[in-house]
Amino acid sequence: MSTISRGEVARLAQLARLAVTESELDVFADQLDVILTSVARVGEVAADDIPPTSHAVPLTNVLRDDVVRPGLSQQQALAAAPSAEEGRFRVPRILAADDPQQRTDMGAEQS
Amino acid sequence: MTELTRWTAAALAQAIHTREVTAVAVTRAHLDRIAAVDGPVHAFLHVDAGGALAAAARVDAALDDDEAPASPLAGVPLALKDVFTTADMPTTCGSRTLRGWQPPYDATVVGRLREAGVVILGKTNMDEFAMGSSTENSGYGPTHNPWDLDRIPGGSGGGASASLAAFEAPLAIGTDTGGSIRQPSSVTGTVGVKPTYGGVSRYGLVAFSSSLDQGGPCARTVLDAALLHEIIGGHDPLDSTSIDAPVPPVAEAARQGSSGDLHGVRVGVVTQFSGEGYQPGVLRAFEAAVEQLTALGAEVVEVSCPSFDYALPAYYLIAPSECSSNLARFDGMRYGLREGDDGSRSAEEVMARTRDAGFGAEVKRRIMIGTYALSSGYYDAYYGQAQKVRTLIRRDFEAAFERVDVLVSPTTPTTAFRIGERVDDPLAMYLADLCTIPANLAGNAALSVPCGLSEEDGMPVGLQVMSPTQADHRGYRLAAAYEAARDAAAGESLINAVPQLEVATR
Repeated sequence: MSTISRGEVARLAQLARLAVTESELDVFADQLDVILTSVARVGEVAADDIPPTSHAVPLTNVLRDDVVRPGLSQQQALAAAPSAEEGRFRVPRILAADDPQQRTDMGAEQS
Repeated sequence: MTELTRWTAAALAQAIHTREVTAVAVTRAHLDRIAAVDGPVHAFLHVDAGGALAAAARVDAALDDDEAPASPLAGVPLALKDVFTTADMPTTCGSRTLRGWQPPYDATVVGRLREAGVVILGKTNMDEFAMGSSTENSGYGPTHNPWDLDRIPGGSGGGASASLAAFEAPLAIGTDTGGSIRQPSSVTGTVGVKPTYGGVSRYGLVAFSSSLDQGGPCARTVLDAALLHEIIGGHDPLDSTSIDAPVPPVAEAARQGSSGDLHGVRVGVVTQFSGEGYQPGVLRAFEAAVEQLTALGAEVVEVSCPSFDYALPAYYLIAPSECSSNLARFDGMRYGLREGDDGSRSAEEVMARTRDAGFGAEVKRRIMIGTYALSSGYYDAYYGQAQKVRTLIRRDFEAAFERVDVLVSPTTPTTAFRIGERVDDPLAMYLADLCTIPANLAGNAALSVPCGLSEEDGMPVGLQVMSPTQADHRGYRLAAAYEAARDAAAGESLINAVPQLEVATR
């Protein structure tokens, strides 16, 4: 039995903002299934009472002095922008007024 | 006088500092070498001849003014992995999404190299965002192994390792998240070090897996790597995971080791890293190296680290999880590629098109694996469980280092495989990291030093030496002692066995 279906891979791609093509989906579905089946071996380890490690060298509350330091100028920050306008990053529209699918999504988030 | 490109970094520095040779002449010799051989090798993505010669000229001018050298490596050229930001050169991370991107700032490592008078020749090729073991995942074509141009130079830092083996640079900087310094070193007959996590600043190192990523030195000798380690290492307030403690005395340890005496040193051979899946010639070279360590006076015992069997699957959950989060920044809005922005598409559509066009297959696979492992319903079984395995691996190291000073293993199970051989089989590719991953998960120091050639194919084999956290110097001492004995037995340095590359007519 496969660990992950083609439909699930399509959903993952959507969540990860990857516009993968249909043929890519076929390849990825097979490969991700093989990889996930293999890495699922971590489940063989009896580790109920083992604390997780998120970081090799645990450090807490590393803070710098709260003083103003020079940062990037507006010009530097915008220098590599794919598109800039009036001293700002120009981005495509973020609301999809004509797209009923997205209206539904947004409505769901608001409720 | 042999060609300057074949000298060690330490010898070059001495000759430059005593004004026997100029830094400009040394830099020019390496730029000429790059021009002659980098066509077929393809170690570099960008060469900054003008910047390098200017930096070398500044070193010469200071020395001519009787100033003390800025560092023990002032004037020596270096190849920089293209994952560190440079304000005067593009930084692509081997990805099409960052083609031509010029960062607005230098990484801390880069700043330290500049202050030390180290001459940066250019930026080296790598698997995209450091995800891979062969450089075949680069968006700009693979790098070729100077020992056999049909074979991979390792990865992700294959450009760095190939530049050393091709005598294009005596020093290089790599990054090691799961073995990306050590495995390329192993398959190219060069030295590569992953310092203790937090030992070298990550500020300006483009993040792949933040809890594992670690920059480190690469060279053709243990001492050269140690000298470079001392320049790039040490606390950096701009990296919150940087260790606020002095750099371990690695150069002193390398010099001490080169006397060849290992009496009183306890060495553990990791039981788990042997047997099925290991190339016979790799195991034989490894066993011969262990015998050599015994002959030098080391006390060798076998040490079992049972959790290491689960390091590979744990890594391939943790690293993709962190990568899926880190690479969310490549959204086509502030820098890098933007695809399909025709006025009709939404930001979200443009983002998805940009990421599909800009990322290669392996990056996409890892982003999706990470997204899966972090999603609700799967989190505990995958990511959570992998983090527990990480604890067990750390405990195995702690128990082992109660008994021995260092652990040794082959660096990677095979010699360099052929280009194309594993490209469609992600799992086979992942196996190249089998022995290197535990030290990333636990954060301790580890290095690879060449230990001869495999008898089947005449390709180099690496000996991995793992040391406790903040005891990086132990590995340097052992590796330097082994290196001296190896070269004494052979009558010359192993790297001299690299075949002559076809030199392009200029």
